[in-house]
Amino acid sequence: MAYRFESVPAIREALAGVDYLADEGIAGIVHLADRLGKPVLVEGPAGTGKTQLAKSVAEITGARLIRLQCYEGLDESKALYEWNYKKQLLRIQAERNKENTWADVETDIFGDDFLLTRPLLEAITADEPVVLLIDEVDRVEVETEALLLEILSDYQVSIPELGTITAKQIPLVFLTSNNTRELSEALKRRCLFLHIDYPDMEREKQIVLTKVPEITEALADEIARIVRSIRQLELKKAPSVSETLDWARTLLLLGVEHVDAEVAAGTANILLKYQSDIAKAVKEFSTEQQGFKPFAPGPR
Amino acid sequence: MPTAPGQASDAAGGPMLDLLSGFIGELREAGLPVSLTENLDAMQALQHIPLDDRMAFKYALAATLVKNQSHWRTFETVFEVYFSMRGAAWTVGDDELSHELDELLEELAGQGDEGREGNQGTGGGGEALTPEQLAELLYQSLLNGDEAMLRAIARQAVRRFAGMEPGRPVGGTYYLYRTLRNLDLDAVLKRLMESTATRPEGQELTNLEERLERDEFEIRIDKLKKEIEAEIRRRLVADRGAEAMARTLRKPLPEDVDFMHASREEMGNLRKALFPLTRRLAVRLARKRRHGRRGALDFRSTVRHSLSYGGVPAELKFRYPRPSKPEIFVVADISGSVASFARFTLMLVYAIANQFSKVRAFVFIDGIDEVTRFFEGVEDVTEAVHRVNTEADVVWVDGHSDYGHAFEVFWETWGKEIGPKTTVLVLGDARNNYHAAQSWVLKEVRHRARHLYWLNPEPKSYWDTGDSIVGEYGVHCDGTYECRNLRQLERFVETLA
Repeated sequence: MAYRFESVPAIREALAGVDYLADEGIAGIVHLADRLGKPVLVEGPAGTGKTQLAKSVAEITGARLIRLQCYEGLDESKALYEWNYKKQLLRIQAERNKENTWADVETDIFGDDFLLTRPLLEAITADEPVVLLIDEVDRVEVETEALLLEILSDYQVSIPELGTITAKQIPLVFLTSNNTRELSEALKRRCLFLHIDYPDMEREKQIVLTKVPEITEALADEIARIVRSIRQLELKKAPSVSETLDWARTLLLLGVEHVDAEVAAGTANILLKYQSDIAKAVKEFSTEQQGFKPFAPGPR
Repeated sequence: MPTAPGQASDAAGGPMLDLLSGFIGELREAGLPVSLTENLDAMQALQHIPLDDRMAFKYALAATLVKNQSHWRTFETVFEVYFSMRGAAWTVGDDELSHELDELLEELAGQGDEGREGNQGTGGGGEALTPEQLAELLYQSLLNGDEAMLRAIARQAVRRFAGMEPGRPVGGTYYLYRTLRNLDLDAVLKRLMESTATRPEGQELTNLEERLERDEFEIRIDKLKKEIEAEIRRRLVADRGAEAMARTLRKPLPEDVDFMHASREEMGNLRKALFPLTRRLAVRLARKRRHGRRGALDFRSTVRHSLSYGGVPAELKFRYPRPSKPEIFVVADISGSVASFARFTLMLVYAIANQFSKVRAFVFIDGIDEVTRFFEGVEDVTEAVHRVNTEADVVWVDGHSDYGHAFEVFWETWGKEIGPKTTVLVLGDARNNYHAAQSWVLKEVRHRARHLYWLNPEPKSYWDTGDSIVGEYGVHCDGTYECRNLRQLERFVETLA
């Protein structure tokens, strides 16, 4: 079987080409997913580029992205397939005057022509390469997760009237989760696990520079450092990468060249979304720092 | 010495297999649920990566074996123990790498101090440095963020200060403490901050900049600490072997940490684990409320709709389900022994307060006080809990737990406010210091309230030993639960709502 990617560095390079800066862990797991033919379960805080990873991978492989957005109440008629019963009814009526037996009509109306494919089925029946993105899989109920198991482990779908449809080619599959609930063991077992955390300072700076090209390097550096400091506070919701980018764009629009406490306090509402968080950050940054954190563990 | 992963060309057999199964066994011992298929996946994954690439090796194992972010730390520790000293670059002693680093050290030391060219020949490189020179080097490399240099210093510091002796049955923290005490990082940080405060241009740093500088230095110092820890661990593994080392380093997962014996660091981890947990819990509870229940028959609507079927009630109509939310009274013992447990439970209950129609909190030691006011209109529960600890009026005589008196006052003052919708939670270890039990109060409370539960943070085997009288109270409760860790607490709260 031909692999999509040659090596880990090649993936990093290709992803960087489409403005997605992957660290070694991310690229390594994409590489493994390709080699092992296994889906990747991507978990992490909101706004760290989980969905974007799937999109970018689709872009660099030139594959079509098929997306299944999960929500509460998703069922197989929306995820897998559905019979086009209106068309079936028409066919039955059209056949009425002919001499066909019941069995003929039945085999006739449960054929490919009457099958409406939904994202999952579409992904495995596709002839061209595809990337399947199952977004926010933690939103479906535990029972519905079972729908995914067959397709994730064997890349096939069983339709009672038609039999089993096997994939023509193994698609790259990404599942994302915001971890609002624990996913079932069965699902996790079938996937490679990738946790995308907030990027470290150097990478965040690079991301800002790539996505907001007009920004100066000094300002990007300052932004990354301030965001890192804010993330160390105990907050309800730490700023995500997308919020960092929004902030960078805002500062650029305001014509700020150098962030001081005043500017930071004035624009903190872009980074932080809770009043108590904003108050805490502003307080941290404007008051004099006294007292050092002890580093040596004292005797207990 | 076991074979390095780089030399085991065939990942599916031989020493590599042994090593890997030992590694996975240790992961299971540490509490990670590693299934057989995941084990096989890991083996397969290793065939696709360059085995001499340590990072790739680690990520391949992590992606296939660890499926929960909170298990990552455990994985990392076990990984370090099993694979830190394998591979050519990591043999203990004066191997090539450490030589290189030592040379680097030597060279830089030479730059700082010209009068030392006579010492170049000494074996072991940095051995010749005086403590002052080492401190100066440390300061310089922290200032410049020179990582290779920091690694060399970490090794040197451990060799010099930790005083490690083979076969000595002391834990790694002892060596760490000795090393860090000698390095005196607090003073170094202070000096670093002073050096940035007095800048050559004469322009003062603003508070924000100062803060950022400090964060940067703190992160570098943290890195140095990690290097030192790794070095100590490496030496210990070399001395005792990976299996024994892994056993001593085994730590419970955050959800299994005992409330009563958590260290300060574990407490921090617990607090971090609490927030996602409450979010999960709230989602789950809300979902449960919406599904699975149907309201009562709506007679009026059914008759109204029957008109369209000629008076036959063919279509039954139900009321919109509106399950009543329980009202919660939390009565918590906050005396020293169980304070952290009470704190966590209060935080958890208030974090999902919107699942209840009303939450009221009472805390006691030997006196009792209502603390609901601290939580009203406060967004930050941690802050409120802190105020509870400092401001609540809970001492009556001597500040030793007296459940009997506290219950009596509770009943006299607030007893009438307990109604049929109220669920009362009592938190405590029921160690009453041999005071009068006054268990009749609980009997009365149970009479008025919908439910009365007792949560005890002690292991069940300790109940009713010494001055614990949880059994005497327990007979009047709808249930007594052992609640020693987050996992048990979460399970209980879920049944509550």
